[in-house]
Amino acid sequence: MQFIAGNYDVIVIGAGHAGVEAALAAARMGQRTLLATLSMDNIALMPCNPSVGGPAKGHLVREVDALGGEMGINADKTCIQFRMLNTGKGPAVHALRAQADKKLYQFTMKETCENTENLDVKQILITDLLLEDVPTQKEVADATSHTSVACGPNKRVKGVVVETGEVYLAPAIVMATGTYLKGRIIIGEHTYSGGPNGQRPAMHFSDSLAAAGVRLMRFKTGTPARVDARTLDYDKMQLQPGDDEARNFSFLSDVTTREQVPCYLTYTNEATHKILRDNMDRAPMANGIIEGVGPRYCPSIETKILRFPDKDRHQLFLEPEGLHTNEVYVQGMSTSMPMDVQLAFLHTIPGLEHCHVMRAGYAIEYDCIDPTQLKPSLEFKAIRGFFSAGQANGTSGYEEAAAQGLIAGINAALFLKGEDPVVLRRSDAYIGVLIDDLVTKGTHEPYRMMTSRAEYRLLLRQDNADMRLTPIGRRIGLVTDERWDRFLTKKAAIDDALKLLHDTLLTPSTAQNAALEEAGIAPIHSATTAYDLLKRTEVTYDSLRTALPDLPALAKEVRDQVEIQSRYEGYIKKQMEQVAHMEKLEAKRLPDTIDYNTVPSLRDEAREKLASIRPESLGQASRISGVSPADVSVLMVWLEQQRRLRESAGKKQEVRV
Amino acid sequence: MPSYQDTIAAIATAPGAAGIGIIRVSGKDALAISDRVFAAASGTPLAKTPAGRAVYGHIVSDTAETVDEAIALVMRAPHSYTREDVVELQCHGGSVVLRRVLGLVLAHGARLAERGEFTKRAFLSGRLDLSQAQAVMDVISARTDRALSVAESHLAGHFSGRIRTMREKCLAMIAHLEATIDFPEDDIDDVAIDEVEREVTRIRSELRALLATAHTGRILRDGLLTAIVGKPNVGKSSLLNTLLREERAIVTDIPGTTRDSIEETADIGGVPLRIIDTAGIREATDAVERIGVEKAREYASRAALVLALFDGSQSLTDEDRAILELIQDKQAIVLLNKADLPAVTTAKDLSVDAPVLSISTKDERGFDALTAEIARIAGITETPEESYVSGERDAALLRKADDHFRAALATIANGLSADFVSIDLRSAWETLGEITGEKASEDLIDEIFSKFCIGK
Repeated sequence: MQFIAGNYDVIVIGAGHAGVEAALAAARMGQRTLLATLSMDNIALMPCNPSVGGPAKGHLVREVDALGGEMGINADKTCIQFRMLNTGKGPAVHALRAQADKKLYQFTMKETCENTENLDVKQILITDLLLEDVPTQKEVADATSHTSVACGPNKRVKGVVVETGEVYLAPAIVMATGTYLKGRIIIGEHTYSGGPNGQRPAMHFSDSLAAAGVRLMRFKTGTPARVDARTLDYDKMQLQPGDDEARNFSFLSDVTTREQVPCYLTYTNEATHKILRDNMDRAPMANGIIEGVGPRYCPSIETKILRFPDKDRHQLFLEPEGLHTNEVYVQGMSTSMPMDVQLAFLHTIPGLEHCHVMRAGYAIEYDCIDPTQLKPSLEFKAIRGFFSAGQANGTSGYEEAAAQGLIAGINAALFLKGEDPVVLRRSDAYIGVLIDDLVTKGTHEPYRMMTSRAEYRLLLRQDNADMRLTPIGRRIGLVTDERWDRFLTKKAAIDDALKLLHDTLLTPSTAQNAALEEAGIAPIHSATTAYDLLKRTEVTYDSLRTALPDLPALAKEVRDQVEIQSRYEGYIKKQMEQVAHMEKLEAKRLPDTIDYNTVPSLRDEAREKLASIRPESLGQASRISGVSPADVSVLMVWLEQQRRLRESAGKKQEVRV
Repeated sequence: MPSYQDTIAAIATAPGAAGIGIIRVSGKDALAISDRVFAAASGTPLAKTPAGRAVYGHIVSDTAETVDEAIALVMRAPHSYTREDVVELQCHGGSVVLRRVLGLVLAHGARLAERGEFTKRAFLSGRLDLSQAQAVMDVISARTDRALSVAESHLAGHFSGRIRTMREKCLAMIAHLEATIDFPEDDIDDVAIDEVEREVTRIRSELRALLATAHTGRILRDGLLTAIVGKPNVGKSSLLNTLLREERAIVTDIPGTTRDSIEETADIGGVPLRIIDTAGIREATDAVERIGVEKAREYASRAALVLALFDGSQSLTDEDRAILELIQDKQAIVLLNKADLPAVTTAKDLSVDAPVLSISTKDERGFDALTAEIARIAGITETPEESYVSGERDAALLRKADDHFRAALATIANGLSADFVSIDLRSAWETLGEITGEKASEDLIDEIFSKFCIGK
């Protein structure tokens, strides 16, 4: 029997990496929030690899942290190996990646959720979404009797129904359902309905979405086997240690020493490949058992063998899943091959000859939504108060999920407060790139963040995420006083140091040049500021200090900013000019009442795409495939025409009054 | 009022040999850019010239060569058509000169205006009234259709093929660089930066070869403005008729009959010659004839090619020598007509740099050699090279792409890492894509995944 079991401001469906960020953000912003999970034991579960971060993903974690999210803090508390990747490349692509203790990560996050004010966590399985009609808003577009279609939502969320009859009501709901909707596990010929790691699937909720008019897609992803650490021969593998220097994701963490656990590297060989080739007819993706679309960047080992037949070996990393388990993740060997094949090919690999498999590799298929149905705020265009985040939006990865969850949670809270949503631009954050790509272009495979997707990569560095985003987090009330104080102190130190460097003028005296050469800096021939000296590739702030003892010592994070900002000034300026150029189009808003059928001179393809995506700005419109620069120009002129029509209509009315 | 980042320019007058041709430059850098190509006779830069003033001066090239006499009209925001700073450079008509001037303006930082763009800016800045909005939108959308049809005919050819090949090479480099950045722990070969350097250098030389055909492409599209000069009765009209293969001008034996200049187009070995038949060049006494002669001088000085005609059966006169002087420093072909008669004047007697050919308008001897010479001047070689850059827009984009490639080489030379090189290469790749009309979108991601075996 259904009964009203409670009222909330926000309900978050799913407590994975998207769900926990959404719930924590909404609760911390003062909303009474319900976090619904299928299993209290699997909050913030890492069903795939035991790692956080990496290129672009590490950037996302830093951005989530800068805004006041939880992922960075939680990773710093629970990770057992840290590495900064790409250190041989420019600062924009330096990327932090850490190995997590999976269970510790989960339980630490669970503890945080349970102890957050305004937040209830419940183990319930939600079957239905409750909606109600909104009286159609009469949009009076203009006074010229120009027909205008009201395109705003005509439905809004009311609550959810639990399988055991409870009904929870809330005016804002975030779905973060991950890979659980009609989840189907595939191991060779064997398939069953289920969520990841032997959990229950949610078999009804996507029907409820479809009934509400939401377009669904079917995606696929997979994971490799876990093997027993005691059965591995590490002597046959290469050791992959963490960095000596302690690293942290969070701008709040000060950990300087940490126990580090290594990973190991080994390779497949011809014997491995032969087993896979000989059994290819039994691969579910080849024999039609798998229908969903899988990601290209995370192919199964059988896909790799098929697509890259010339490669004589593929690498795999053995990654511990935690400090209190012998389970080891076999990175690079994702597979949905039958169990006998999995065991056979694993045993051909050096160091794995005698390995015991503790969990089989599997593929999982699931329902997700077409994200072009969302606004950049992650709210559904057609359903007021309904937000969606994470793998349910067609993405992949814990970090991508967390980033969307945070934004969905923030915007659910702002929606209830009647305030404008937080929409990060492509020039603000990787989060902005991620969400803009999803809602503007959609995706045909699980979407993974990559630095190459960001056109303003030099501005979106992992080292300056706080400078970019912490003021926004502060404005909406997610940034604590502690974080804000730290931010202000750091910012002042950077500004002071830069000013001092600009103001320090060196003259090419013999004594001065001697001091420079002493510090390993080539002599100067004309008066030069310390700032300009720092631009030289061979000069660091500390070498400059050797020559100029009056310069103060700086904290590492301040020194880094000063060096990066001076050394790459030219490139940074160039990107900022590109941003300024694009900003003009971004600033031109497209009202959601536009009926594109009434806009003359648009090409048909552009008209269709615009009507379906309903971009919020000319900038977003320009990124839709099928919308040409000429179409954007037409829209620009049309907007100005409409503005003047409204203006003149307004004047006429004044006269009448 | 909206303000735009970039400054745009275009030829504002209808094509053809009008009396005056106007290059319009509009945008925040209009004055600064114009000052780089226009030298006022007074020496006062346009930036310091009061609004509404017409300034006499010269268009000068980067090598300080005078390209044309011109009047610059200065308008300052908001008192102009677009409500931006506007300079109108009024030149001596003729598409060759106008394009050269436009080319200079573009080389100094203006962007070629899209069709309807001045009008669009005028409307958006509130200069045009509401009733004109529809017309503006029509013009802009017509651009799409036109651009499409142009793209189809033009890009189906060899030119687009070469651009695409360059883009593919460029994309392959970017994908490799990006794959190593996004997947640092995957089994991907490191990018050899010196190999990137070599490849970029190769692409640049190809790009420059393509740019060199910009000249040829323009000739093929707009024709080569050609003047036939020679003293009266030397066979100018017969030459014209032979080239046109029809009787057009009045042919007579009385000196000075061909009074008006007539422009005709003749297809000579695939090169469209736009021939101005000039009145006889001589010191005329009669007023009407004088106008004709002055026009002739003017056309000869402006033409891209001068065909100087002499009577090879007679010795040179003072008039002939005046004509020889006229064609100095010009792209010219000297023709000794009447080769059917015993030769009196030969190439040796002329001492000119221009090629000298003997022809006969009577029995058409020597015309094959003339055709070959014209083709050579137009840049058409024996093996037909179809990749001519035909538009200013394409040429401007090619130059921009080349700038990005140059920046990539500078980045490598400065010892910066691969991710910086990749940024320059992406700008180059996107610019080349503007020529072929291809949007960047997912290409790069597709390339990375198709070339490299990546994944956990």
